[in-house]
Amino acid sequence: MVSFEPSEEQQMLVEAVRKYASNDLRTASHEAEESCELPKKLVARGWELGVLQASIPESYGGFGEHSAVTGVLAVEELVFGDLAGALAVMAPSLFAVPILLAGNEEQKKEYLPKTIEGVWHPYTAALIEYAFDFDANDLRTHAELANGEYILNGEKAFVPFAKDAENILVYAKCDGKTQGFIVSKNVAGLSVNDEREKLMGLNALPLYRVKLEDVKVPASNRLGGVSGHDFEPVFASMHLASACAAIGVARAAFEYSRDYAKEREAFGVKIAQKQAVAFMLAEMRTEIEAMRLLTWEAAWKLDQGKEDAFTEAYLAATGAADMAMMVTDRAVQILGGHGYIRENLVEMWMRNGRGFAMLTGLAIV
Amino acid sequence: MAIEFESPKPIVQMQTVLKTVAQEMMRSKSRYFDEHEHEIPWDYIEFIHSAMKAMGGASLTPKEPLPSSTGSGEAGHKRSPIGYQLLATQIEMLAWGDVGIYLNTPGGGLGAAAVQAAGSPEQCAKFLARFGEEKPTFAAMCMTEPGAGSDTSAIRTKAVLDEKTKEWVINGEKIFSTAGDKSFTQYEKLGKGFIVVWASIDSSAGRAGMRAFVIESGTPGVRIVKLEHKMGIRVSDTAAISLVDVRVPFENILGSPTVEKTMTGFKGAMSTFDATRPLVAASGIGVARAALEFLKEKLKENGVEVRYGLPRQKLTNIEREVIDMEIMLKSAWLMVMKAVWMADNKKPNALEASMSKIKSGDVTTKITQKVVEILGPPGYSREFLAEKWFRDAKITDIYEGTGQINRLVVARQILGYSGSELR
Repeated sequence: MVSFEPSEEQQMLVEAVRKYASNDLRTASHEAEESCELPKKLVARGWELGVLQASIPESYGGFGEHSAVTGVLAVEELVFGDLAGALAVMAPSLFAVPILLAGNEEQKKEYLPKTIEGVWHPYTAALIEYAFDFDANDLRTHAELANGEYILNGEKAFVPFAKDAENILVYAKCDGKTQGFIVSKNVAGLSVNDEREKLMGLNALPLYRVKLEDVKVPASNRLGGVSGHDFEPVFASMHLASACAAIGVARAAFEYSRDYAKEREAFGVKIAQKQAVAFMLAEMRTEIEAMRLLTWEAAWKLDQGKEDAFTEAYLAATGAADMAMMVTDRAVQILGGHGYIRENLVEMWMRNGRGFAMLTGLAIV
Repeated sequence: MAIEFESPKPIVQMQTVLKTVAQEMMRSKSRYFDEHEHEIPWDYIEFIHSAMKAMGGASLTPKEPLPSSTGSGEAGHKRSPIGYQLLATQIEMLAWGDVGIYLNTPGGGLGAAAVQAAGSPEQCAKFLARFGEEKPTFAAMCMTEPGAGSDTSAIRTKAVLDEKTKEWVINGEKIFSTAGDKSFTQYEKLGKGFIVVWASIDSSAGRAGMRAFVIESGTPGVRIVKLEHKMGIRVSDTAAISLVDVRVPFENILGSPTVEKTMTGFKGAMSTFDATRPLVAASGIGVARAALEFLKEKLKENGVEVRYGLPRQKLTNIEREVIDMEIMLKSAWLMVMKAVWMADNKKPNALEASMSKIKSGDVTTKITQKVVEILGPPGYSREFLAEKWFRDAKITDIYEGTGQINRLVVARQILGYSGSELR
């Protein structure tokens, strides 16, 4: 069947996430961006929603089942509140979801329960590298097998919470393929920059540069075990997260500019009553819907194991990134000069909007 | 309930069958009919009519909700209706074959859609039964006039009730009626069709006075003035029709014969669009898919393979263009799917119907234009069909509501504005 109606459970989850996103994340958004700090309590409350916990089976300490469709629904809502806050709340997913998708039984048993039990802990992953042609399938960081262990060398960029993370899932090129390696805190050769990354957006999210110099990783810490894993489903799940996050930001910008256009008067009418503005809004709404449906279908295909799921997830991420740039740019335009003032969140969303083309790897569903 | 994208079996089976039809009876004739404007594709008309009768659906109009599964073992299990979904899928595939020839598909078309949307159950029974009969039969919609396109309130055609004979007397001029000729002219090979003419029964009432009238083929006073010569879809007849003292039985009015303050008559016309816009969107997508598939085939022949999963910085321009076109095409199709899913499930879909039409109008024109461009001189040559698809595609953004009118509909919906608040 074809159906566009989320299940009752999904609707309940989305409803709970929406409340938190609007009441907590959104209200803290501006202050967090300006002060470069997310309140700990804010992240803790988001963690209590249990989005990640509900996607891990009971046998590994969770209370549900993994579903990319549920993931994209939840992450869109979270990001609708605030992108940096959402990425912080979901950071442990960066570590847990790849283990769930590609890890072996021992890895799942060892790492999943401690990642999700109790309060939010900083678990993370390092994929992005600082290069204009960064390509997740052709990493510069590499892993070589020597005497039964892997030696990792390279540099990773934009790693969330790397400073405090208990474990980092580091992606490196191994035998020509991208492979994940579970690296523990304080291992020799691993160094995290003291200074945080300074980016155009995402100021509230602590991101770090991470250096690996002859870091020794036991062979058993290769994701999936000694024989490794298929990176494609992991990458596709990252693409989906990037896509729905882009949709969340775009929706926030669309709704804000729509409401503004209905309030702001010019030439004796609301500016929304001018076709020049109304048509922009109509196109924004249409493109958001288009990319949401593409993302939903890609997520469904991934859950179903359809063979074109990986390609479609890539298409969704690519299309949603373009869409988010277009929509957030127009939101600023609709607010005119006011859109350029940092008190109005649209300018932040526009800075966020530019990031989706290069920041796949900061979230996973 | 769940979010799902699995095409139901009857739809998949239908697609397989129609693909053969599209290839053998449409694509192979595309160029011929493009170069012989106004020649009627009788082979296709007769074949598709008998094929559809054999398959149980006598026309491309969803009369009743179709069951989603043909299995008989699950009595009592409630099946979701998929009539519009099936229809959209059929239309997409036929348009992939040739959209001009698809517009020659007998059955109700837009005329029957108007009867369905605005007519009583008795009128539906009376006017729609004919499409299942022996001969292929057409029906057309006549709304546009020389002075009234998107602005339907400017319609000048009038219907006056002759109290003595209880007949409506209609006068006016209509243009751009798709399949108007085959619906009205009594061809020997065709059954008795009709045209649905929009006219005002009270010009002081504006849109509230607008009604649709079923005018049977051959009715005196109606004249096919000319068939337009067009940029594309040349095998589809686009008729200009004059109506001089045309007498129509009283009961052929769709909707109430009296003018209330409400807009029921006009709303009837507009709700027709909620049903038909996603279908027209689907036809455009068929053309765009044909063009994109052709491009990918030609690129492959020339050693260009599109690599997915790479960052933009590593893609060639052609790869990037193809990827963007695939995003456009897939997402536009999903918007059609959502709009018809809502129609099938009786959810109000004015917003989704118009959004699907906007998106399809945009992507079909962009994709076909891009395909011709990337193919270079051969793209511009009539040796291939790319240039024809470019010409055929453009109409998608014009008929059944231009992209601009649909933007207006969407804008009013999302802003909560009436027609007077957002003009």
